[in-house]
Amino acid sequence: MESSILTLLIFLPVAGALLMLPFAKLYGKENPHIYKWIALVTTSLQLVLAWVLYSNFNPAMSIAESPFTVQLDWITHFNIQYYLGVDGLSMPMVLLTALLSCICIIASWNIEKQALGYFSLFLLLDAGMMGVFLSMDFFLFYIFWEVMLLPMYFLIGIWGGPQRMYAAIKFFLYTLFGSVFMLLAMLALYYYSDPHTFSLITLIQTAGSIDAEIWGMSVKYLIWISLFIGFAIKVPVFPFHTWLPLAHVEAPTAISVILAGVLLKMGTYGLLRISYPLLPSEVVNFSYILAVLGVINIIWGAVNAIAQIDMKKMVAYSSVSHMGYVLLGMAAVVSESPEGAQAGLNGALMQMFNHGTITAMLFLLVGMIYERAHHRWIIFPQDYKQPELAGQIAFGGIGAKVPVYTAFIAMAFFAGLGLPAMSGFISEAMCFIGGFSVFRTLTIIGTLGILLNAIYFLRAYQRIFLGPLNEVYKDLTDITGRELITIIPLAIIVLWFGVYPAPLLNMIAPAMDGIIQIVQSVI
Amino acid sequence: MMDNSNLTLALLNLFLPLLSFSILILFGKKIGDKAHLVSLVLIGGMLAIAIRFFSNVFHYGAEPILETSIQWFTTGKFSVDLGFLINNVAAIMLLVVALISFLVHLYSVEYMKDDPRYSRYFAFLGIFTFSMNGIVLADSLVMMYIFWELVGLSSYLLIGFWFEKESAANASKKAFLTNRVGDIGMFIGIMILFFEIGSFQISGLIEGVQNGAFSGDMTLLTIAGVLVFMGAVGKSAQFPLHIWLPDAMEGPTPVSALIHAATMVAAGVYMVVRIFPILTPDALEIIAYVGGITALIAAIIAITQNDIKRVLAYSTVSQLGYMIMALGVGAYQAGFFHLTTHAMFKACLFLCSGSVIHAMHHALHELKDHDTDPQDMRNMGGLRDKMPITFWAMFISTLAISGVPFFSGFLSKDAVLAGSLSYYHHHHGWSLFLPIAGFGAAVITAFYMFRLIFMTFFGNSQNKDIYSHVHESPFKMTFPLILLATLSFAIFFTLPSTINPFDSHGWFTHAVPMVENVAGLNMHEVEEGLHHAHHSAMMISLAVAGIGILMAILFYLSKSIDAKKVANTLNKVKLYNLSFNKFYIDEIYNILLYKPFLAFSWLCSKLDWDLYDQKFIDGWGWITIKLSDKSGEADYNWLDQKIVDGCGRLTQYFGRNLKLTQNGVVQNYLLGGIMGLLLLIIIFQQF
Repeated sequence: MESSILTLLIFLPVAGALLMLPFAKLYGKENPHIYKWIALVTTSLQLVLAWVLYSNFNPAMSIAESPFTVQLDWITHFNIQYYLGVDGLSMPMVLLTALLSCICIIASWNIEKQALGYFSLFLLLDAGMMGVFLSMDFFLFYIFWEVMLLPMYFLIGIWGGPQRMYAAIKFFLYTLFGSVFMLLAMLALYYYSDPHTFSLITLIQTAGSIDAEIWGMSVKYLIWISLFIGFAIKVPVFPFHTWLPLAHVEAPTAISVILAGVLLKMGTYGLLRISYPLLPSEVVNFSYILAVLGVINIIWGAVNAIAQIDMKKMVAYSSVSHMGYVLLGMAAVVSESPEGAQAGLNGALMQMFNHGTITAMLFLLVGMIYERAHHRWIIFPQDYKQPELAGQIAFGGIGAKVPVYTAFIAMAFFAGLGLPAMSGFISEAMCFIGGFSVFRTLTIIGTLGILLNAIYFLRAYQRIFLGPLNEVYKDLTDITGRELITIIPLAIIVLWFGVYPAPLLNMIAPAMDGIIQIVQSVI
Repeated sequence: MMDNSNLTLALLNLFLPLLSFSILILFGKKIGDKAHLVSLVLIGGMLAIAIRFFSNVFHYGAEPILETSIQWFTTGKFSVDLGFLINNVAAIMLLVVALISFLVHLYSVEYMKDDPRYSRYFAFLGIFTFSMNGIVLADSLVMMYIFWELVGLSSYLLIGFWFEKESAANASKKAFLTNRVGDIGMFIGIMILFFEIGSFQISGLIEGVQNGAFSGDMTLLTIAGVLVFMGAVGKSAQFPLHIWLPDAMEGPTPVSALIHAATMVAAGVYMVVRIFPILTPDALEIIAYVGGITALIAAIIAITQNDIKRVLAYSTVSQLGYMIMALGVGAYQAGFFHLTTHAMFKACLFLCSGSVIHAMHHALHELKDHDTDPQDMRNMGGLRDKMPITFWAMFISTLAISGVPFFSGFLSKDAVLAGSLSYYHHHHGWSLFLPIAGFGAAVITAFYMFRLIFMTFFGNSQNKDIYSHVHESPFKMTFPLILLATLSFAIFFTLPSTINPFDSHGWFTHAVPMVENVAGLNMHEVEEGLHHAHHSAMMISLAVAGIGILMAILFYLSKSIDAKKVANTLNKVKLYNLSFNKFYIDEIYNILLYKPFLAFSWLCSKLDWDLYDQKFIDGWGWITIKLSDKSGEADYNWLDQKIVDGCGRLTQYFGRNLKLTQNGVVQNYLLGGIMGLLLLIIIFQQF
């Protein structure tokens, strides 16, 4: 049982998607009920499985010792294995993926258009995400990474907003561009390591001894750069970030949630899972640049978010800013102070998890108002179809009309701006504390984010919810029961880890310690 | 055992208001207009606990009443603890918070009656009181920072309580953002202290500095101290971040009394009191000047304001400046003493102004007049007879704030001024500014406070209709006024040690003994200096209070001097306008910071999207498409049409021409065969 749980986590959604096919004959492709129920049951089961995994999970055990680890030969000729495992690094990501997938199915309840396609693609996406977080073989990892891409392309391209095709292609090409580099890096690791292997666990021992050169450059350095480009696009790290606002804005609500909540984490997860343990000396050399990029992300994302007049775009840029914290925290791995290194790396992983829940709340809530008002402008743009409204505040004062909704979005906004007692505060503070122990000046510049993030959230909050009620929205309805089901679990998690982060930290700290030791051993 | 019960009490003290918040936010709709009962019971319980802690103060021990902490979370090496540190200072502060919070709750029952969001209002008061208690109890800077931000949140919610008003929504946002500027500094300061000393606990920091954590680099400690102090600059509305507090008056008046006069804005001062031992003399000097500038500037602005709450708001800023200045010059006791006395009389002043506004509001409501501003003192006058309790309470607290003997403000302000005077005696030079600012602000304070009293309660009423409709407020509102006005008498701060009203050495001085500064300030010298400066400070402050009051009488009571004429004369050099327009500081920030920044962010978004993404990134796509077009063309036009098809055409050509050789003449075939054979022989002979 124990050794099959990881496999089940990945392939349960695939089974769900396959199960839908016979029903297509019986009920037709357009009848959404059967498909969304199958999807809901599947993702709920997956969530239960993830919980079972978590409750039996021992953070102190390495992948090699863990009873959940599965290691089977797959393509023996190339030493490719079906190698799954879970440790403190992947555990929170698995929980996050399972939770958000389940919530997103509920949030997609109103999808009518080609329901079979939507829900089956969603389940495939789910499987791909799980696979990425559980693979311990680079080849397998790469396959899941690419498996994810295709459903995402269609989910944006078919069910998205007006510019969906453009957004989908842009997302696809951007990511594919990164994948090419990742593929090269993977093959280089395979061929230069002795014995040739894709196993990420074995490579920790062997990758360090690669000392070949190509065109006068160290192979390890080239591998690091290629991997970094591949992962940086996913994070996204400035200047590879411009696919994100477009894709987030055009994607349907649930897909935006998955994009921001899970997909962005894959970039930083990849760095922590592959680049950090395999190429520690490159991490040391590169840490300063990582911190610089992190601070640029924090500031640039926030400054751009301030200028946005579309709620979803604002939230999208806030993701750029919040992922910057992760990079800064990760860069602190080289800190001479043990407190600093631990605060930074643990903070970074916590921030990945916390941003996943907070941004999910934000996108879900923005999606709700969009469903009601059919737009999500904070201020109408200059070229709005009704010229008399151009440049005007779009909503205004609806806080009085929809108090429960307003309470939740206020909570999400304050969580986003890093208010204590919300989970984001602790992880952001830890990223700063970690960063500060190595890069003082940079971190001080980064702390401007504390102010900048508050500016756009509060400005948007005021313009939408405060002030006199805009009569156009006097019949706006408050949040529904189904919507509450999607929001309340996230709200509870955000508050819970804001007040009592110890369970999360206990789960991740040993794994983070392992990474710190590997990196620090080469300083 | 003792400690355990204290811990339980401290926990209850902290969490009872949170319970009030939780109950009201979850079940507020059902509870409806009974919401205040929930709060009053819970906050009442908290008050009882605070009194219990306060009773320990009279043991005059330097040992903390409670010092305990538990680990909040850890990553192995990096851990954060949360805990309580209740010493006498904290115990006094707890009582101040609990008492004023309770009275404001009581007062609000009437003041907020019939508000559609009645239960939410009490819920917000609850979360504020919770957060404020957190700051007071915190034993570490991290815990303080957490609750620091949470009071910021509650302040945001309460300033914007009537959020339908655009001005209230703006004010709440401004308050939160301005505070965050200070918080950045505080956060960086905490990080410096943590990495130099290795602790967040206040006791750990003091110990660390004492053991020489900064011995090689006192400049860094100065920087850290000033950075942490930036938090106080924001929270306690010190120049140049004071701009949010006057706007915060958009909130309901009881809120202004509780949060923006007595407790939250004093949190900055309280924080400086807590970390006072590790502030270097250089850091303290900066703190003193910030306080002095604030005290003076805010007092000058207060003179010309006509909105009754705005006068009080600037007065609060000015008095907070006093407290900060006192701490800066090393007069540790005086700073905290002034915080305590000020909390009582300023809360009283605000609640009195609330009582007046409430009455004005009702009068205007009865008259169906929606244009007249109920807060403008120019619409008041002569209210003394109509609202005797409010008048007397406000009058007494005005005497206290003006520094008149027998009232609490006299004692504490005198101590502050003695501090500034003694600082000048020690340092000379530019530090003359501090006593000048101190005494200058004292004259002005007496002047504008009596101006307020005269304009509101004396003279002829400016509007007979309103006047006839004004009534004294009900008991739930006047009771807090009576109690707080009573507590503005000096005797409550001097008993039981002394009954001499000019001697401040009462229980307070014993309960809050001088602390040792471990960062290089000789506190014995300071104490001696204070002792010497005490008498001259008292004489001067009596004189300046007298002058201020006299001027106010001449201007606004006897009207022997025409205020308008003076204003016009002053305005020849734009002095009046400068004060009336608050030194144009808001406008300057708006033009120099806010607008350019928004333009900058707009520019960045254009850069990011329209230029970088649409031109550069999509440019790659465009180039790729063009290249593939070209290669597609080349593929067809050249490779396919010319080369591949060319081969075909060539074959065709040869086929067409060679077929002519197929003419059916056998001799020709034979000739061809022989020729071919010969050719082969020749070729093979070459090898």
